[in-house]
Amino acid sequence: MTTIDTGQVAASQAVAVPKTPHRRRKSDIVPALIFLGPFMALYAVFLIFPLFKGIYISFHDWELAGGYREWIGFFNYEDLWYDREFWRATGNTFRFVIMAVPAMTALSLVLALALRGQDRIRTILRPVFFSSSVFSVTVVTLVWGMVLSPDRGLVTPVFEAFGLEPINILGSLTWAMPALVIATLWWGIGLPMALFIAALGQIPSELYEAAELDYASRWRKFTAITIPGIRRTMLLVLVLQIVLQFQIFGQAQLMTNGGPAHTTETIVMYIYNTGFRDWQIGYATTIALALFVIMLFFSMLQLWIGGRGDTND
Amino acid sequence: MTDTTLMRRLTRRPADKLILIATIAFAILWMIPMLWVLVMSFKPNEVLMRSTAGFLPYPFTLENFINVIRIATVPRWLMNSAIVATTMTVLVLVISSMAGYAFARLRFPFKPAIFVMVIAGLMVPEQVIFIPLHTMFADWNMHNSYTALVIPRIATPIGVFLMTQFFRAVPSELEEAARLDHASHFTIFTKIMLPLSLPALTTLGLFTFLHAWNDYLWPLVSATNKDMYTVTVGLASIQGNFAQSEGIGTLMASAVFASAPIVLLFIIFQRYIVAGVAMSAGK
Repeated sequence: MTTIDTGQVAASQAVAVPKTPHRRRKSDIVPALIFLGPFMALYAVFLIFPLFKGIYISFHDWELAGGYREWIGFFNYEDLWYDREFWRATGNTFRFVIMAVPAMTALSLVLALALRGQDRIRTILRPVFFSSSVFSVTVVTLVWGMVLSPDRGLVTPVFEAFGLEPINILGSLTWAMPALVIATLWWGIGLPMALFIAALGQIPSELYEAAELDYASRWRKFTAITIPGIRRTMLLVLVLQIVLQFQIFGQAQLMTNGGPAHTTETIVMYIYNTGFRDWQIGYATTIALALFVIMLFFSMLQLWIGGRGDTND
Repeated sequence: MTDTTLMRRLTRRPADKLILIATIAFAILWMIPMLWVLVMSFKPNEVLMRSTAGFLPYPFTLENFINVIRIATVPRWLMNSAIVATTMTVLVLVISSMAGYAFARLRFPFKPAIFVMVIAGLMVPEQVIFIPLHTMFADWNMHNSYTALVIPRIATPIGVFLMTQFFRAVPSELEEAARLDHASHFTIFTKIMLPLSLPALTTLGLFTFLHAWNDYLWPLVSATNKDMYTVTVGLASIQGNFAQSEGIGTLMASAVFASAPIVLLFIIFQRYIVAGVAMSAGK
């Protein structure tokens, strides 16, 4: 017995040693459990489990209080399909995303182009645009609610200066949604701007110097060097923004409360109202899962476009 | 001086000069709403009732801030936010750095699969799971507690992802040397990895704190007792009532009050925040 064992150990060492110069490490299962355990436990309980519980809840007629719950199969999903209010909220959310995302991407890119570089003026200006991101949605909506207020706001004198009658922007069917977009731009521009500044900094300056020697125009340099150089970041910003803006809730709830005439009621607002005003959480989770599917679609689209771009490089 | 070279460049390129001037103008426009709110918080409510115009805090008063501290529950909400955001930040840093170390440096079965599972969690937004989470905490009878406000938001995939990326970049020579001295994983983690990752930890900590302080949806559904509101939810609860009434100045003061800690944090750590964005964007 003992002789066989030592023989095996000797043999395995003889095989192992020439392979790697260092002592070969075995699997660190025990330390891995200690280091990874706390995270995985919390992750399982507070992310994975709720996700599946959400799917489970969506097959029920489930009330927030009172404990009423009944398995109803796909009935919530069928309901959702024929729910005018859901499609209206989805339409509103898309309208918001379609306005907010391109505006956010373009404005943050323009600002990044204007503010890249290390001179003093630009290092002072950059944090100005980043600073509004540190406010909570409550403060942002408070500020913009005041600015846009028809009787006390900052926009009233602007209207009067042009000889126009001041309008109640947040109460207007046409202008309420663009107002939410503007508040969102003011709030969120910092992150995409910083991403673009970081990306611009990584474009080799030799490229610009070479273009300068050829007397390339500003526009030509922008389209031939800058845009290809930041393509990946552009894609990242677009997808991050799409996924983020689909979740719009606070601005709509606090600035317009979904009004006027439900024109700014968004998907998350509809989820919140269904769950916590009407107490129908079975149906509310069904709407949440529909939102999840929409957002997954855009994330996958990014992976697909990103992957395709890589093979072309 | 940088300014003279800048001036030289500006005079050489008139277009650059125009762009810079336009940007400065835009930056001023950007700050006007903030400044206006700040100014209003120092004006008497009676004056604001008549007119909210003007960018000078005149007549000047501290009455609004005194009101906020004395009457409203704002100090209590501030304390709640501070407790929640601080605990959350500390726990996120501890748990993410430990998990990041495991993914970057330890060998164990199914590691790639587990890592992919964690990263996939990035695609699950809070809005999708907040209702099941709400029912779980209701079943445990734990709503309106600090635990409910903090615990479900600690296991963030983004923290683990950042720390894993960072630890992977640490040269393995440092670790090998320690290993020759028979250092344990715990020693390597606390004596080598953590000190080296201070910049990454600072950035992750700042973002976690910001996020926790400003979070709206989860505290809104979990804390229904006024005493357990965070600043964000608390302010939202008084906004509607105040805006139309005579308390505009007080409302503005409460907003300033609620933002002050976070603005201070931003001013101190500004460069880490911008650097962190660049880092998380990946190269």
